[in-house]
Amino acid sequence: MAFYVVQFLTGLASAASLFLVASGLSIIFGVTRIVNFAHGAFYMIGAYIAFTLTDRFSGAFGFWGGIVMAALAVALIGLLVEMVLLRRIYHVPELFQLLATFGLTLMVQDLVVLIWGPDDLVGRRAPGFKGAVDFFGQAIPSYDLFLIVLGPVVLGVLWLLFQRTRWGVLVRAATQDRDMVAALGVNQKWLFTSVFAVGVFLAALGGALQIPRDAVHHAMDLRIIVEVFVVVVIGGLGSIVGAFVAAVLVSELNAFGILIFPKISIILVFLVMAVVLIVRPWGLFGKPEAAARRTPGLTVNPWRPLTQNERLAALAGLIVAATLPLFAGNYALTVASEIAIFVIFAVSLHFLMAVGGLASFGHAAYFGLGTYGIAFLAKMAGLPMIVCLLLGPLMGLAGAAVFGFFAVQLSGVYFAMLTLAFAQIVWSIAFQWVSVTGGDNGILGLWPEKWAASPSHFYWLALGVAALVTIALRIAVFSPFGYALRATRDSLLRSEAIGINAKRMQWTAFVIAGTTAGVGGALFAYLKGSVFPDNLGISLSVDALVMVLLGGVETVSGAVIGAIVYKALNIWLVSQTDLSKLVLGGFIVLIVVVFPKGIVGTLEMLLQRKRSVSPPGSTLLAKPIESAE
Amino acid sequence: MKLAVADLNSYYGPAHILFDIALEVGEGEVVALLGRNGAGKSTTFRSIVGLVAQRTGRIQFEGRDVSVCPTHEIVRGGLGYVPEERRIFTDLTVDENLEVGRQPKRTNAPYWTREKLFALFPNLSEMRNRPGGRMSGGEQQMLTIARTLMGNPSLVLLDEPSEGLSPKIVEQMVDAILTMKKEGVSIVVSEQNLHFARLISDRAYIIERGRICFGGTMAELDARPDIRDAHLSL
Repeated sequence: MAFYVVQFLTGLASAASLFLVASGLSIIFGVTRIVNFAHGAFYMIGAYIAFTLTDRFSGAFGFWGGIVMAALAVALIGLLVEMVLLRRIYHVPELFQLLATFGLTLMVQDLVVLIWGPDDLVGRRAPGFKGAVDFFGQAIPSYDLFLIVLGPVVLGVLWLLFQRTRWGVLVRAATQDRDMVAALGVNQKWLFTSVFAVGVFLAALGGALQIPRDAVHHAMDLRIIVEVFVVVVIGGLGSIVGAFVAAVLVSELNAFGILIFPKISIILVFLVMAVVLIVRPWGLFGKPEAAARRTPGLTVNPWRPLTQNERLAALAGLIVAATLPLFAGNYALTVASEIAIFVIFAVSLHFLMAVGGLASFGHAAYFGLGTYGIAFLAKMAGLPMIVCLLLGPLMGLAGAAVFGFFAVQLSGVYFAMLTLAFAQIVWSIAFQWVSVTGGDNGILGLWPEKWAASPSHFYWLALGVAALVTIALRIAVFSPFGYALRATRDSLLRSEAIGINAKRMQWTAFVIAGTTAGVGGALFAYLKGSVFPDNLGISLSVDALVMVLLGGVETVSGAVIGAIVYKALNIWLVSQTDLSKLVLGGFIVLIVVVFPKGIVGTLEMLLQRKRSVSPPGSTLLAKPIESAE
Repeated sequence: MKLAVADLNSYYGPAHILFDIALEVGEGEVVALLGRNGAGKSTTFRSIVGLVAQRTGRIQFEGRDVSVCPTHEIVRGGLGYVPEERRIFTDLTVDENLEVGRQPKRTNAPYWTREKLFALFPNLSEMRNRPGGRMSGGEQQMLTIARTLMGNPSLVLLDEPSEGLSPKIVEQMVDAILTMKKEGVSIVVSEQNLHFARLISDRAYIIERGRICFGGTMAELDARPDIRDAHLSL
């Protein structure tokens, strides 16, 4: 019995940091409507700076002062980030905001390694809380008891701040109606900046308080952000009480899940989240969101099928691509095969995101499931390659069918967070369930059969499949199903009012996209000859998003171009620099801020401008009315 | 001149909504902006306080061009705005709603304290701790006016204050607006209800399809029944 009580208390102690970070995310979202992906990064910087400060200054004052100073320093960084970056992107679609803050996260990952080195850092114990308390023969670290008390104290302080100060009243008012607050003479800019700084302070404090419990390392940002997303989805975005309750719930589920399913404890959290989403899609303490605001004029160029000439041009491009083995070497062919595979991956996400309007932040899950499908079928069942290639993607299909069913119940940022959490769950299973998946060591020795073994043959295979997939999805875009799906994207209510079953359309699109990604994954497994948990990882999901974005999310063919350009650049970049994350992150931020239409979108816009002979100043009127909503 | 608007054009996305709007409000005057549903009354108000981003033209408030200022600066300068859809903060109590509107004392405008406002709208004083979401439409309308007055404006844009209210509450509203006028607040009030407008206004403009098609005193309007019948549904 005492053991369970101790386990319970450990859970409560873990909940404290989780609550701090989640409440910060919630407050920021409430006012600015930005889901700050970089919140995990601020948490991590908080821990690193606290490590340095507490290491430098001795004594109790040095320790506690260091913790607070670290949180304040990071809040200052947050202030700068808000003023320099976020102020420019408050009015762009939420997907772009998530991506920009993810770009920041990537940059921070390289920066902390640059400053503090790649090794784990073990911080000082907290003065006064070094020992353990004996509880019927079980030891409880006294620092854990401190954290258990701290959680409710912070909750109380936040409550007072929001209920009893003018600032708090303004923040709560802005959470409900920003424009009205401005119309009463309140400067929104500074309200946003201060809210962001407070939210970042909470995240950094959460990180700083972790140093006596855990080593500081450069992957702690992604770990916490996924847990925080789960917490806010369960608790409800924008609710501080919700963040507290859900943080306790998730931490306890983790603490006891270990006892029930030691290998895959995260399953338990997932089940609870699924139940909450079915019963209350907006979370336990959240409020139903009004339909996501669509930026008027987002899609200004109506989509149309390719003309005869454009078809011939595309065919010519394909033929030129097919002649590559005549003059390219083996390395170039392998790179080209990889690019073809990523074209498949990118068009599958494009179908879900640009056609279906559902921006998934965990699309790599279905790509990765495809790779593991091949590994299981070829390695364990010993099936021939053709059969594997046909059946492997079914893993992607199955995953997309299950997760997609839950995910399409939500939309906008909730959808993005949920898909990310799902992908991370699949990743954890692949990582933790060593007896089946090989864990971090992966599954090796998956080579294509003789007929596809040579680089040129494999390249033709990948190119052929990529062309087929692209054509098939393009046909789907201009099919009745595609029209119905785009109708749900543009206006959910209106499409339902004319008898479209919107959720089913979206689910179908999710399954199609997941299966297609699985096809790409299947080929990828054979290309690499091995399968690793990274094939399901966040960075791969974001790669796909950047490819679609780079090509142009409002275009039909952007994904293909985006995938080719991005993948080629990426492979080149990794070979050139150790700081590829820093460069890539900066690149993502740059696209979002200055280049949001992407390559194809920008080209189309230039063409459009050339064609239309509109008088200066009336460009607004030159656009078709259908875009306004 | 308290407020002078000239050549105001506004757009929602590709749609042109307001065409060369011009109107003037004198010190301490109550001016009615009359027009049917969808004529452009609310858009005119929203454009003046900067809530419509795509707009061109001159908006002079107390001699200063405010058309380039962000909304909060315009409002802080003493130009209050009461939206048609009320936009009460439903999660906040009456007191907290008033707090959001609070601005420092202004030398050229009447100073409103909570006590003064509760005297103006007695219903509100009985529900200071009630959340805005649990109030009747009439009470919300009073709160939204009181909230704007907390900013001590020298001019208030009142968007359809009588809409959807019972006759008894409308009477209270007339009294409140006349009190505001007596205190020295200039008022522009948009209305569909000519009868209500006549009770409070010195002058009137009529707006139709985004264009001002009449401007004059109430007596001049009464002398032109043709205009009244063509542009206002009675």
